[in-house]
Amino acid sequence: MTDTVAQPAVADAKAAPDTMAWDSGLRRLMMIYLPLGCFVLILLFPFYWMAITSFKPNAELLNYKQHNPFWISSPTLAHIKHLLFDTAYPRWLWTTMWVAIGSTTLSLIASTLAAYAIERLRFRGSPYVGLGIYLAYLVPPSILFIPLATVVVQFGLFDSPLALILVYPTFLVPFCTWLLIGYFKSIPYELEECALVDGATRLQILRRITLPLAVPGLISAGIFSFTLSWNEFIYALAFIQSGANKTVPVAILTELVTGDVYQWGALMAGSLLGSLPVAVFYSLFVDYYVSSLTGAVKE
Amino acid sequence: MSVTTLSSPALAQRQPSWLVRLFDYKPFLIVMCLAPAIGLLTVFLTYPLGLGIWLAFTDTTIGRKGVYVGLENFQYLLTDPLWWNAVFYSVVYTGIATFGKFALGFWLALLLNNHFPFKSLLRAIILLPWIVPTVLSALAFWWIYDPQFSIISYLLVDVLHWRSSNIDFLGSAWPARFSLIAANIWRGIPFVAISLLAGLQTISPSLYEAAMLDGASAWQRFRYITFPMMMPILAIVMTFSIIFTFTDFQLVYAITRGGPVNSTHLLATLAFQRGIAGGELGEGAAIAVSMIPFLVFATLFSYFGLARRKWQQGESND
Repeated sequence: MTDTVAQPAVADAKAAPDTMAWDSGLRRLMMIYLPLGCFVLILLFPFYWMAITSFKPNAELLNYKQHNPFWISSPTLAHIKHLLFDTAYPRWLWTTMWVAIGSTTLSLIASTLAAYAIERLRFRGSPYVGLGIYLAYLVPPSILFIPLATVVVQFGLFDSPLALILVYPTFLVPFCTWLLIGYFKSIPYELEECALVDGATRLQILRRITLPLAVPGLISAGIFSFTLSWNEFIYALAFIQSGANKTVPVAILTELVTGDVYQWGALMAGSLLGSLPVAVFYSLFVDYYVSSLTGAVKE
Repeated sequence: MSVTTLSSPALAQRQPSWLVRLFDYKPFLIVMCLAPAIGLLTVFLTYPLGLGIWLAFTDTTIGRKGVYVGLENFQYLLTDPLWWNAVFYSVVYTGIATFGKFALGFWLALLLNNHFPFKSLLRAIILLPWIVPTVLSALAFWWIYDPQFSIISYLLVDVLHWRSSNIDFLGSAWPARFSLIAANIWRGIPFVAISLLAGLQTISPSLYEAAMLDGASAWQRFRYITFPMMMPILAIVMTFSIIFTFTDFQLVYAITRGGPVNSTHLLATLAFQRGIAGGELGEGAAIAVSMIPFLVFATLFSYFGLARRKWQQGESND
């Protein structure tokens, strides 16, 4: 929030000298608004196309000669109805949600404790533990999924959403720990010292002082983890076999893409519905999201 | 009577204080706090990483424990044209996509750094491609790249009359490769732009004022102030971007699955095809392990190549 308040002031200060060079409004239009408009148009077009396809009847979908493809003349809910009642889509959504909530909770707990230990309970070698956790973030899932599949089989978790809940923290914990270390750093250490002098135990300090002050950080980490685990694909593809246990991204690609004739309407409706929860969730907490993204990079 | 009433509260107070004292004992607390994170990462990250390297030296298949075969898997890969093809495309894909993402992302960040109305709304909208599950937006691209009903072909052929026939985006090797790269750039721009915007906002306006007093042109201000000041953040963002572009899986798997005729396989999709779909775990693991040298090289190159500028200028390491 503070970020957005401070920003216009900075921009104002920068705009003031700029006006000397950029005196004409036309030039500003050509150099800023036009390219910006193109960027927004291109970045948003696939979503528009996705949305418009999911409400188009099949006749319009495959006939550009008689219908303007950029608009719908007779919108229909047939694709969405097909998705919700003729496929296991609600089930996939439900699984995805539980996996995302489960892995987010698990990684938040683990990374809050780890970040507190590394940043506040300073011990010999704590910077190295922190560095080790950062490095874990640089190990991409594409290298790990094959051996992880055998580990998951060994644990008897193959084809179970529980496997995903346990595996997703491998990329969530490093990120969240990184983010929370930054947040804990910004909380004055004197507050904790006061509490220590007053006889509070370490756990009381964590619960009563540090955590309430780190709530924005926890929210950022939580949103980030939720979207990352909602979007995860390769592990879910490799570890889940039965149709009922699949997550939305995997299920749409493996269960809805059938035969030679693609059901574009249903596919796009599925993509739209699968994107909406993260998009809505994201729009509620945009500021936290942006600050966590930029904060993590700045660290 | 009085003795019992006195001793029981005292006892009750001592009973929890033993537990409390244990939890206040710093070494114990450190171990307790680090245990969940370190445990999870050891079991599901470090151990599989080691296991993956071990698997690459065995002939394990699904359902059969393999034996140590030395470098056989790697020797086989070196003679396999498909592996070479995947290496080639992974490098091309990473190179062009990273260049595109950073050129366009930096431009977008510079545009967003200007003052205009609805700025935070615009910033929120721009991040959307990055928020939405990649596979789902990849499906939208698949539909956009449809050979018959592509909206891009429609625009070029029927609206603008620039071409006479539809573009066959995914039907042959090079168009398919570039279509995938375009989709990857589209997805990567928001992350680069928003991270770089954060970096731009930390540059002090007084530097620009000083430069303008000295008569620096807009290009000189960009070249000698913006660009050097952005180097450290560029290095970090680029390292991440290169790692995750090189090991990309979702876009290619969703749009082409490596086709046509295996021309768009990245190392990750090839590893999946051989390791999980084909059941040759050992060979798949070898392909995955063969990504590691490239990643280490790319990381060192982008990090030290770009970050070096910072300490050459003698800035403090914050």
